[in-house]
Amino acid sequence: MCLAIPVRVTAVLRDDWVEGVIGGIHCKFSCALIEQVSIGDYVIVHAGFAIARLDVEEAEITLALFDDIATHLREQGHAISPSFS
Amino acid sequence: MRYLQAFRNPKAASALAELIAGEVNSRRDYYLMEFCGGHTHAIFHYGVQDLLPKNVHLVHGPGCPVCVLSLPRLNAAIELTQIPNVTLVSYGDMMRVPASRRQSLLKARARGADVRMALSAMDALDIATQLPYREVVFFAIGFETTTPATAHILMLAQKRRLKNFSVYCNHVVTPAAVQSILDSPEVRELGQVRIDGFIGPSHVSTVIGSQPYEYFAEEYQRPVVIAGFEPLDVMQAVHMLVRQLNAGHARVENQFTRGVTYAGNKKAQAIVSDVFELRRSLEWRGLGELPYSGLQIKPKYREFDAEHRFGIKTKPAVENAACQCPSIIRGIKKPPDCTIFGTVCTPRSPIGSCMVSSEGACAAYYKYRHDALAVAS
Repeated sequence: MCLAIPVRVTAVLRDDWVEGVIGGIHCKFSCALIEQVSIGDYVIVHAGFAIARLDVEEAEITLALFDDIATHLREQGHAISPSFS
Repeated sequence: MRYLQAFRNPKAASALAELIAGEVNSRRDYYLMEFCGGHTHAIFHYGVQDLLPKNVHLVHGPGCPVCVLSLPRLNAAIELTQIPNVTLVSYGDMMRVPASRRQSLLKARARGADVRMALSAMDALDIATQLPYREVVFFAIGFETTTPATAHILMLAQKRRLKNFSVYCNHVVTPAAVQSILDSPEVRELGQVRIDGFIGPSHVSTVIGSQPYEYFAEEYQRPVVIAGFEPLDVMQAVHMLVRQLNAGHARVENQFTRGVTYAGNKKAQAIVSDVFELRRSLEWRGLGELPYSGLQIKPKYREFDAEHRFGIKTKPAVENAACQCPSIIRGIKKPPDCTIFGTVCTPRSPIGSCMVSSEGACAAYYKYRHDALAVAS
């Protein structure tokens, strides 16, 4: 119920409506609950409404941190193997 | 989608698992409650528990709006559908939730009531516009993620002067539920449930921010880490909690920095506070009456309040005696502890709400751990 997904805005329509691609399908959702968005922005969409902006810079920082952890452990001689897929 | 798949990377998960294993203190246990049902399902779906050391235990919390909607209020919604001119619009999650006398919205529809499913609150407004001769009622449920959308359509309804639209408001607030768990006798006195720290819900927090959790961290001395719903998010949050517990800290930390800020979504908060106010008290399924835990429509939007328009009065209702959902919601029992789990109560013919919802703990156990249970028994 409270699940939301990140979506890239592909078109800005009138009355706070925008378009984005969710799972390969073009969807229309409302941006009435967040400040102005433009094409290319990432937003977090829940039940037809964008409820927040996705901060791409912060997302990249988090992902880089995961990379660093893996690199660091490998250097220390840990064998990192995928244990689930 | 980069910002989905990248947070499911198996290599990074292994690295995080190594990191956690290297830092846990083998002489103690870590009991971490994931408040939100979305986390429960992510944990099962990706097998996160199996990647954690044996002394890190995940306790499932009450954060499933479908599971906590009280029986009397669900019964009242079904009664509404019996009024000849009413069209009830509901999120799909609610359709199969068992009410009293084995009723549900889906069964009411099968008997001829006009019950429709909506993917977005906006759909309810569209239906009301398309059917001016029907009384369209939106059955609004959910935590802070869905509340702003309901508030928004109420504002639109007023702007468009819709005469045939109203909302049956059942919105609830997260902090009150967390507090009720921490205040419950099972946690405070009896020691039946041990919770050392909380994995906080990120999507709710995009709206309310990380600030409201500071009170619990301080007052109850439990660390809170707000975490995203992808497996790497959950694992990083576990690592952050383990670190805090090892150091004896009880702070609010934010793992979901890509969406959650300290103050949250101010615009959505303003929309919500224009339309809603706190109810003095609300009954929760499994948790009982909780003070200031739900929202009601403010007097200036009263004409759109279904409770006012239809004079809805809830009547006390009795839960199925065998169903252990109330204990499961509070983390006292696990689904396999329930005698009807997987036998009488299954996702196809659910007895309790935890088995229906895509976020319920019983549904998660049934879907992901059912084979293991069958082999064990």
